[in-house]
Amino acid sequence: MALDKNGIAQRIAQELKNGWYVNLGIGIPTLVANYIPQGIDVEFQSENGILGMGPFPFDGEEDADLINAGKQTITTVPGASFFDSATSFAMIRGQHVQLTVLGAMEVSQNGDIANWKIPGKMVKGMGGAMDLVASAENIIVAMMHSNKAGESKILKACTLPLTGVGCVKKVVTELAVLEIKDGKFHLIERAPGVSVEEIISKTEGDLVVPEVVPEMHFD
Amino acid sequence: MNKVVKNVEDALVGIEDGMTLMLGGFGLCGIPENSIGQLVKLGTKNLTCISNNAGVDDFGIGLMLQAKQVKKMISSYVGENDEFERQMLSGELEVDLIPQGSLAERCRAGGAGIPAFFTPAGYGTEVAEGKEVRVFNGKPHILESALTADFAIVKAWKGDTEGNLIYKAAARNFNPMMAMAGKITVAEVEELVPAGTLDPNHIHTPGIFVQRIFQGEKFEKRIEQRTVRKND
Repeated sequence: MALDKNGIAQRIAQELKNGWYVNLGIGIPTLVANYIPQGIDVEFQSENGILGMGPFPFDGEEDADLINAGKQTITTVPGASFFDSATSFAMIRGQHVQLTVLGAMEVSQNGDIANWKIPGKMVKGMGGAMDLVASAENIIVAMMHSNKAGESKILKACTLPLTGVGCVKKVVTELAVLEIKDGKFHLIERAPGVSVEEIISKTEGDLVVPEVVPEMHFD
Repeated sequence: MNKVVKNVEDALVGIEDGMTLMLGGFGLCGIPENSIGQLVKLGTKNLTCISNNAGVDDFGIGLMLQAKQVKKMISSYVGENDEFERQMLSGELEVDLIPQGSLAERCRAGGAGIPAFFTPAGYGTEVAEGKEVRVFNGKPHILESALTADFAIVKAWKGDTEGNLIYKAAARNFNPMMAMAGKITVAEVEELVPAGTLDPNHIHTPGIFVQRIFQGEKFEKRIEQRTVRKND
């Protein structure tokens, strides 16, 4: 069965390593914070100027001055710090943040990503996404395999305006974990009960499929 | 040096049609809301506004958009504002969308006397069109230029009569860099105190960057996305 958004987040959380600083984008990536594996100590960076982001506040304890990059009210954990936007992006550009998780509208087999604009229709802006993808060592894209019209978002080449080129190395969807290398998608894992055939049929880009494709494992 | 002005009216004297303004804030967090209210009252037109976002339809810079005061916006993200999107798609409003880190650094550079810098952000995208590309350490970078403004309008938590500023939590965001990049920088603060009250160790923006400071009359501090967890 295909994963829901929480399942995608839970699978991505398995990629976290002890001691990492992690930037989570808006949407599914935000949910990753709910599934940090036991024994793993990570700190979340929010590009509007917070290290050590905590959970949402209790009702009545919201602070208008304490929001995340998605403009949601949040809290901090002990040891947190605040800083300005230039310092925040110095952390990002300077590769002090070890992992970036973000959403996408399209990803291509050479690692290009598009997630900020649909010409003539939707223009929200790139926010910090272009800075993040241009500099992060590890980028995991959390996305659905297909768009609402049923068309694959895992493509030979992106059709929408790009956010970054050749930067994505891993994609986690409701169906599969894919790695990008040598200009192709490589099928690493499939969601529990999802067939390899279904993944192949929903992937427009070139997909390398090994003889055995393990199912994702959740504790 | 005393930088105190009486009120928001005096703080914004000299802002004219066609000027370039920087406005601090991220979303609705840390925006100079008293000054924005005054700009709407003044009805100044054809403004170029440099601000990470453009507020929401009925608050922040959104109010200036409703009043058609803005000719051009320079921002990184404008997602929560229908009027903004409408004016942009119809061509009424010029919009320069730039990556958030580049926006922050362009303001910082403007205030720091650095005319331009190279960044990897935006290489290979629309953002790079017309910009010089150079390879450093095997990686392509694009040339981004500094930003300055006729007026920078920032919001701080506490300030003193010398113009020293302290921000609170995530309301700091773009305010410190914009304070550096304004020919005239106006700071509106929640609490204005006499010089000597604030610990010099705790100052975020030194008063040299601030020309005018005043205590805002009221701060609504609207929350865009109120998210809470259950008490258990």
